[in-house]
Amino acid sequence: MAERAAVIGVGQTHHKAKRDDVSIAGLVREAAKMALADAELDWADIDAVVIGKAPDMFEGNMMPELYLAPALGAVGKPMFRVHTAGSVGGSTALVAAHLVTSGTHQRVLTVAYEKQSDSDAMWALSVPQPFAAPLLAGAGGYFAPHIRAYMRRSGAPEHIGRMVAVKDRQNAMRNPYAHLHLADIDMKMVEESMMLWDPLRYLEACPSSDGAAAMVIASEAAVTGRYPPAWIHGMAMRSEPTMFAGRDQVNPRAGRDCSADVYAQSGITDPRAQFDVAEVYVPFSWYEPMWLENLGFCDLGDGWKLTESGATAFEGDIPWNTSGGVLSSNPIGASGMLRFLEVAMQVRGQAGEHQIEGARLAFGQAYGGGSQFFAMWVVGSDKP
Amino acid sequence: MSASGPGRTIRPVSVASFAQSQHVRRDDQHNEVEMLMPVVAEAFGNIGITKDDVDFICSGSTDYLVGGPFSFVTALDAVGVWPPRAESHVEMDGAWALYEAWVLLQEGEIDAALVYSFGRSSLGNLNEILTLQLDPYYVAPLWPDPVSLAALQARALIDTGRASEVDFANIAARNRKNALSNPKAQVARDVTLDSLLADDYVVSPLRRHTLPPITDGAAAIVLAAGDKARRWSDRPAWITGIDHRMETHSLGARDLTSSASTAKAAAVAGVGDGPVDVAEVHAPFASQEIIVLDSLGLDDGTVSVNPSGGALAANPIMSAGLIRIGEAAARVSSGSARRAVAHATSGPCLQQNLVCVLEGE
Repeated sequence: MAERAAVIGVGQTHHKAKRDDVSIAGLVREAAKMALADAELDWADIDAVVIGKAPDMFEGNMMPELYLAPALGAVGKPMFRVHTAGSVGGSTALVAAHLVTSGTHQRVLTVAYEKQSDSDAMWALSVPQPFAAPLLAGAGGYFAPHIRAYMRRSGAPEHIGRMVAVKDRQNAMRNPYAHLHLADIDMKMVEESMMLWDPLRYLEACPSSDGAAAMVIASEAAVTGRYPPAWIHGMAMRSEPTMFAGRDQVNPRAGRDCSADVYAQSGITDPRAQFDVAEVYVPFSWYEPMWLENLGFCDLGDGWKLTESGATAFEGDIPWNTSGGVLSSNPIGASGMLRFLEVAMQVRGQAGEHQIEGARLAFGQAYGGGSQFFAMWVVGSDKP
Repeated sequence: MSASGPGRTIRPVSVASFAQSQHVRRDDQHNEVEMLMPVVAEAFGNIGITKDDVDFICSGSTDYLVGGPFSFVTALDAVGVWPPRAESHVEMDGAWALYEAWVLLQEGEIDAALVYSFGRSSLGNLNEILTLQLDPYYVAPLWPDPVSLAALQARALIDTGRASEVDFANIAARNRKNALSNPKAQVARDVTLDSLLADDYVVSPLRRHTLPPITDGAAAIVLAAGDKARRWSDRPAWITGIDHRMETHSLGARDLTSSASTAKAAAVAGVGDGPVDVAEVHAPFASQEIIVLDSLGLDDGTVSVNPSGGALAANPIMSAGLIRIGEAAARVSSGSARRAVAHATSGPCLQQNLVCVLEGE
């Protein structure tokens, strides 16, 4: 990277099934104002705005950045709109960060959102396309067979998915912004919930949320804020084709390549040992063990053993999804950014009840499409 | 190289190759991938490279033309991203995808990028689709279509005394006549002013000839820096400045007869730092060309404006802006222009604008 960049402000909405109290503009502004306040900046201090969200059809607004420009203080400034499927929240943060590392701007506001209650994402995802494999009933229907393939390959027992579902919801109890606060969550409750897409039960799937996330990313010379900066040590994106006979959808090469790139930039050779905490896009419970392997936190086939051992729990040696993760809040377009934002909060020491004591180096990941788009970053409390 | 932005020296990046589809009213024979594949192949083939020679890919498109989510996902098959590639997508005109790639190239760690965009405007009712760009609470429910909004803008321009319907007709005639030398153009003809002024109004004061065609089309550009820029072109078209700016969405809060965002982007990109030989401006409606040229500080008496025919000759949504950069660069690479300006727009009544300055050596 040409110039150093850091997260100097973070903000997010209270994620809920329906945010009837705000318009879309009100929703994004809520997160943006919080990020500006955290950075101790005002709208006028921002050089450019980068916004991301998942498909425009989720709300029925085409290229909504046009309508949202004044609400985000973007009038007279460069404003940029990113869309890379489910990874978009992460990619949006990376595009914003590159505006700083390239020396183009000093302070960039980046925002991502979804207002899922405005429509029905599951069916918006399931529009039949000519010559394309049908998604059937939303994302769960697409991913369930890949989860079955993982279980067969690794020999993972059925209860692993339920463990992740419980662990992430327990973490969410520490996060006041999380959508789901299921105080009574336990293995039995998950097991008794409705089967949606075998082997995924209702409580092993992410909720549908309204919400937004925002960050201010600044150059070294422009660092301000209530908390120390979260320095960006590495960032990478990778994509691979949807349909291709050589693809491994259970352990996608784009994910492995992307993590290898971002680890190389950050001097990471043993992610489990070197990272203090990680936030990884786990919209369906089984994606924790699958991504543990894909991202090199353990050997192939051992992901479920790591989960089972408690290593990824809040008190474990490598806590995953301390915020409660996508399983607890899923404003789709913002879900990737929330992963990036949570690890920035961790290394800045501002995560409150979900703070991992002494976190200094952390990893954020987002994925999208049919496990084919990846965005990742590493942030630390020390300068790279 | 001149600077982009106050006091900042930029890394020279060249438009090393440009390709576009044959623009047509309706392409029923090809899906998006099939439409893009020959364009991407031509962009690589022009300079004898393959996808392995570019380090980053960025595309621009909108799901609303296809009518389904993630239209950019399958479009990636036009490149074939295996092994996996560093890739990104903007839900904006391809000109902004080019901007994202240009920003990455500024860091100096990569030297080449592929940018592409596509738009099959024929698949739905474009007037209805573009209405969905408007404020979803207060404006879109009224269904003001883009032609009606451009007509309001044109009327406001006439009311200032700076332009007339005859001026709009002259602009349309010049663009369509220029298009006769553009083999990719969809609408190219040499017609008299009188016959144009006999056209019916679509929405007063806009007659049929002042409207852009509805176009299916795609475009691709290869950006290069460092040794690759030299190796791939005998006469590189260097980007010496590029910037883009947004205006408010509320049409009632804007002076529709000028484009403050174009003027700001032009100042940052350094349009006024030297003489301009060619300008390729993205003015879908003839009336908008006057506003854009004024805001760029250019005069069509001294500058060759839209030698390609501009968006009035072919207007593939999401690609027409990227094509302006490609057309301007082509003039610099061929030696017919030493310094060229390209402009791209997005949103109702020129809400968002990008300006790019290209120079030869």
